[in-house]
Order: sequence, then C-alpha cells, then structure tokens
Amino acid sequence: MARQFMKGNDAIIVGALAAGCRAYYGYPITPASEIAHAAALHFPALGGVFIQAESEVSAINMVYGTSGMGVRTMTASSSPGFSLKQEGLSYCAGAELPCVVVNIDRGGPGLGNIAPEQADYFQVTKGGGHGNYRLIALAPNGAQEMCDLTMLAFEMADKYRNPACIMADGITGQMMEVVDIPEAKPLAIDHSSWAVEGNAETRNNLVSSIVLDPHDLEDHNHKLDRKYQEIMANEVMYEEYKTDDADLVVVAYGVVSRIVYSTVDAARKAGLKVGLLRPITIWPFPTKVISEMADRVDHFLAVELSTGQMIEDVQLAVEGRAPVHFYGRCGGVVPGGEELEAEYSKILEGGAKS
Amino acid sequence: MKVYEKSSAFFPVFERKTGPAQEASHYCPGCGHGNIHKMITEAMEDLNLTERSVFVSPVGCSVFGYYYFNCGNFQAAHGRAPAVATAVKRTNPEAIVISYQGDGDLAAIGTAETIHAANRGENICVFFVNNAIYGMTGGQMAPTTMIGQRSTTTPLGRITETHGNPIKMAEMLSTLPAPTYIERVAIGNSKQIMKARKAIRKALKNQSEGKGYSFVEILSVCPTGWKMDPVAARDWLMEDMVKVFPLGVYKDETDNVDNGAWDRTFAPYEPEKVNVYLDQLKSQVGDTQEVKLPYDLQCKFAGFGGQGILTLGLFLSQIGMRGGQEVSWFPAYGPEMRGGTANCSVNVSATRIGTPLVDHPNVLVVMNQPSLEAFEHEVVDGGTIIVDTTVIEGRPDADRLNVVLIPASDIADEVGTPKVANVVILGALAAATDAFSMEFCQDTLRRVIKKKSLVDMNMEAFRRGYEHVKNGG
Repeated sequence: MARQFMKGNDAIIVGALAAGCRAYYGYPITPASEIAHAAALHFPALGGVFIQAESEVSAINMVYGTSGMGVRTMTASSSPGFSLKQEGLSYCAGAELPCVVVNIDRGGPGLGNIAPEQADYFQVTKGGGHGNYRLIALAPNGAQEMCDLTMLAFEMADKYRNPACIMADGITGQMMEVVDIPEAKPLAIDHSSWAVEGNAETRNNLVSSIVLDPHDLEDHNHKLDRKYQEIMANEVMYEEYKTDDADLVVVAYGVVSRIVYSTVDAARKAGLKVGLLRPITIWPFPTKVISEMADRVDHFLAVELSTGQMIEDVQLAVEGRAPVHFYGRCGGVVPGGEELEAEYSKILEGGAKS
Repeated sequence: MKVYEKSSAFFPVFERKTGPAQEASHYCPGCGHGNIHKMITEAMEDLNLTERSVFVSPVGCSVFGYYYFNCGNFQAAHGRAPAVATAVKRTNPEAIVISYQGDGDLAAIGTAETIHAANRGENICVFFVNNAIYGMTGGQMAPTTMIGQRSTTTPLGRITETHGNPIKMAEMLSTLPAPTYIERVAIGNSKQIMKARKAIRKALKNQSEGKGYSFVEILSVCPTGWKMDPVAARDWLMEDMVKVFPLGVYKDETDNVDNGAWDRTFAPYEPEKVNVYLDQLKSQVGDTQEVKLPYDLQCKFAGFGGQGILTLGLFLSQIGMRGGQEVSWFPAYGPEMRGGTANCSVNVSATRIGTPLVDHPNVLVVMNQPSLEAFEHEVVDGGTIIVDTTVIEGRPDADRLNVVLIPASDIADEVGTPKVANVVILGALAAATDAFSMEFCQDTLRRVIKKKSLVDMNMEAFRRGYEHVKNGG
C-alpha cells in the first residue's frame, strides 16, 4: 500500500481528495495553515477549486455555495476562525447541506495563543451557532485518523445532510506519522432532489434555511432532531484500552488520549487498575458505554486540555453512580505522563466506592 | 403580433409564498423591487439563460427572491451572497449566477464579500438595489442613507459627524482593475427604467459570454421606509438621490474583454485521476524492510533554528518507517521556529506509540549550549546524549548517561558544508544506539533526499558520524 510520512494537517487533505472533495475555501491561521497550503497545491492540480477567502465568514459561505450544488467541499481553521464560522454552520445545518469543517483547536479565549487546547469542545459538540442543530464531530488522535476520519466525515455529512466537523488539537495537526494513502472510490450519491446545480434538471430546487411559519419551522426542527437522534443511535465511535477490569476509567480524546494511553501500562505496573475510554465521535458522545460502565467502575477521570468541558458529558452518562474526577491543563500546557499517574494514584488511594 | 405577458423566468404563481394572494408579490405598494425583478426576468428569458440561472438572495426585503424567480435559488446569509455566488460559479462555470443585494447587505455587513468578489473578477452579476434605507427590519439607517435623511436610527436625520457619509459603491468598485462593467442606474421614470433595463441585460450578457464581473447599482424607492407616498418617493429619487449618487457608467471594459476571458474551469470528481495523483504523493523510501530495534527510541533533538534539527528528526523517522517501525515526529511549532531555538520529538517504536511528546528521552541530541542546559536532566538514566562539541563547551554527566561527544560541525565543514552537521549526528546516533546499520540508513537517505546533487555529501557526512562512534570517538 502506498504510504507517506506526513503531518496530520496534510493527511486531512489527502483524505479529502480521496473522498471526492472538489472545493476548498479557507483563511490562514496557525496551527491549521498547512491544511490550506496542501489544498492550494492539490485541489487546482486536480481541476478542483481552491480559494483563499477574504475571511473565515466568506469561506464558510463559499462552502455553503458549493455544498448547495451537491459537490463535496470543506473549510478548515483554528479556534478563533472556527468561532467566526458559526453563523455559516448554522445556515448549513438549517439548509441541510453536507460539508466538512476542520477545527485545529488552539489556546483561547480571545486571541489566546497558537498552542494546543481542547477548549472548543462546547462550541463543536453543542451547536456553536444559533438554533437547534448539531455538528457530527470526529476527534482524530493521529495522522492516519486525520485522513480516515476526514473521509468518514464526508460520508456522514452526505448520509445525514449535515455539516461534519473534524476537531483536532494543534499537536495532532502538527505531528507527523506514517499514513497509508487511501484509495479514492466512486461516489453514488443522488443529490437531484435538493441540490441547485445551475441546470434545467435542478431548476426547481431551493437551498434555504428560512421557514417563515412558526409551525412549519417547528416541524423543520423536529425533522432535524429526528436526524440527530438517528445519528446518536447509529454513529457513536469509541476505543477502549484495558477498561474490562479497570477501577479507574480515564476518558480522553485527541492527543490527550495518546498521553493517557502511554500511562495505562505504567500505572498497572504500579498496581493501579486504570483503563482508557477514548471517544472518537465527540458528538454523538459514547454515552451508552460509559453509562454501562458506571455500575462496575469505581472512578471516572476526564482529562482534557480545557478547564472542564467534556466532563459534563461524562457526568451525564454516569448519572451520579460513580465519582467523575477532572484533570485539565490549558493555555497550551500539555500534561505529562507522570502528573497523570500521580492523579490516578491520588484518586485510587480513596479506595473503591462502597 | 407580440403578446406581452409575464416573463417565463417568473413563476406563473408564487406558490412558495405563504398565505393568500399568491399571484402578487410580498413587496409594499410602490416598492422598486417589483420593477427590478421584472427587468431581470425579462433579460433572463430573452437571453435564454433561465434554465441555467442561479439566483442568490441574501437577507433584506429581497430574501424571498426564490418566491418569484423560476430558476435555481439560494437563500444566503446576510451580506454573504457574493461569497455564495462565487462558489456556485466556480463549481459550475456554466451556471448564470446572480447576486441580488440591498444596500445594508452589500455595503454594510457584506462589504468585504462585495469588494473581494469584484476584486477576483468573479464572472457573476451583482445587482445592487440602493434605496437608502433598511426596509425589512423597519426603516433603519443604511450605509447609503443620505445626509439629513430621517430613519428609525437617525430620528433627527443622518449627520456626517455622527454617522459618516453615504457610501458610493459604484465609484469605489470602479477603482479595482478586475471588474468589467460597473454602472449606476435608477428607476425614477420610464427613461431611467429603459437605461436600467439595458444595463441589466448587458451584465447578464457579459456573464454568459465569459466577460467577467458586472455590477449594476440600481437607485430604487422605499415609500414605506421613507414614509412617503409612491409618487413623492419617485420624485425624491429623481431630484435628491441622483445628486448624491450620480447615474452613469463608472467602468466598462466590455468591448475590450474577449469572450471567455473570465471563464474558469471545474473538473468533476474522477476517482481514477485522484488515485493516480495520490500515488505521486507516496513516500520514496520503498518497501518495508523489517528491522529489529534493540529498544524503542524516544528522541529529542534540540538546537538553533537553521541547524537542520527538524530535518534530522525527519530523516530518522523515515529510516524508522522503512524499517517497519511505528514512528512519530513532533516539532515545537510557532513563532519560535522562525530563527530562535528549535526542537522536535521523535518516537521510533516496535509497538503503537502513545504520546508523541518525548518528555524523558532515551536519546537526546543537543546542537547548542542552551539545549544541553535545558534538556540534559530530562534524559532517562543510562540514556544516550549526543553533543556537538564544535559548538558546545559544556559536558554532560558521564556517570549517569552514555555520552557521545562529536565535533559534528567541524566534520561537516570537512565534508563540504556546515549544513550536513545534522547528518553527521544522525550517523553517530545510528552507531551509538545500534538501531540501524549504516547501509540501511544511507540507502534510505539516498531515496528521500530530494536534491540529488547533495546525496554524496550526505553519505559522507553520515559515514563520518557513524565511524566516529564505532571507532571509539
């Protein structure tokens, strides 16, 4: 199989090309700019579109345009830029347009810094713009997943006619790893019932998120909500490592899950029965598996590059049946293995729940 | 005999419009939008463009353009119509794309989109309806509201000192090189309407001929927002508005632009072509040749920017990759990379790699004194530390660490360029860790070094580093 040693950010574009994405619109921002660099190189070379937009706002609205024509399209940014895209994403969700938006999360709030963070979790998973909507949100933790989950994001976006988000941190974007280059396959998606392609066949179609009558808009919201329920029922993805007999289950995603993974075996050598649960989809969140664990696990620990965001979803899943602890670093500070191991022993010294 | 009837570019009945009276528009009595819609639909029909037209209506009174225009329709966010129109046109260059915008949309919230679509010379038509007021939201000041004009947010009238002056978009855009055609017209009387009709036609014709960006500003009336009756409104338009917004052609390159000059191309997705392309991106290291490592390498490389620290990490990673190992490379990134210190973490491992960050390396390479001071204590007991003695005076703790001293920069100079000091170090690393043979590393480097003229020098640099260690330094 063809493979290459590449940055996570570059792997996103490889995945996008293989998924049949034909148009990229974006605005430069560290630490996501390599995605735009790769798109600028590869999209025109394959006869597709690359536009460096005048703003993040324009970029997401260009995505709205191409997506409304039934053509796979994407944009990518980092936290402040992702904030600017929220209105456009709400429009895409309201008009039921499939598209992929990448957020390489950096330190906030405000201008913050360019170091890795996961403090956009709320914005990504709870519907960052106005109205009742959700983004399908995937959280890769390595370069191969940056590629593969981007492809999956396009598939899910089309399947549900909803924007899908790749949420990664600055480390996962900047890190290089070996990536198996995927094969581009034919697409069989019928957009004819809704896409406006600028031809006679689709002349009667309309791309719109306006629903003037309150009852009609309520119906539209319920329709969207049924879709979100279906996604929650069918599309949850997660990974478990040594959770079977764990007294302490650590919940972490993105680069943090890599750091935790490195600590599990060391902790076990020290007699601490620790396991890792890694959400791969952060929306839909792996609520069910955590809920099932809650009756047999003594402690949960959410580790995040934030002051505590994903922990709320863990708490909702656990429903008070076990203590849910938190350990977070932020501002671009990344926890080392030792400080996590110290945290595990502190928690487990408290003993099993009665 | 010609029968005059509603243009076929209008829907016969406006079924998308909610409520009663589906043969009438939602516009207020005396509103100018109806006239302008009519002129556009007639031009669409006459030029035979309706079937491939896409009408983009952003927020404002014309947000319901899709009630009326019998073609593909996009409803867009406030101010973003030119961005949406840009994407539609780029994705299907055959489509005829119309961005129909009011003054708030085009000249306030969407100014950036307006200017940049024009500046890119998008082959679209922008019809700008300037009625000097926000109609839909209740008669607030527009960017084009005139000095002295009362609105719900300028109850005492617009004054320059507080609100600025009315913006003249046709004049502003005409300073850009890309637009092909910019004209301001009005709909105050039949003479003006004839000119407006002509301008709209010309804009659509330009687009259909690939002649580029056309912008028609249409001075219109809003009796409701202006609190005037329709007749007084038309008078005010003709007497007052045209003084501030002079009618006329501001730019016209139509006759100087070749047909198709602004056409762009778009190729639909073809998996076979993508696969051929993606294959070119693959690594040149070739097939995996499984190597058995004596132990997993957790490396940190540190020095000044420009010493090839990051490249050193990349070379080792690619050697590891070819050797069938899991590898990760992570740079300290950001502004510090542009001239200051540089460091990167590299893992080469027989098993899945957890954290890509190396906090406690078992191999540390330092190529400047500050890095020695910063990172020596992080190395695990018994770990290897490789020091470029040409540039570093300090010496690590030889009791705790396996210390490799090598005048890498001097050796590199002897080989031919200080730039290969990093490869001298790589040779030393391979020898000191017994991870990879000299032949395997050199063969990999030969495949991945892009400038073939530099290969020999790098081979020699690697050999010198490797043998320096093997011969006991």
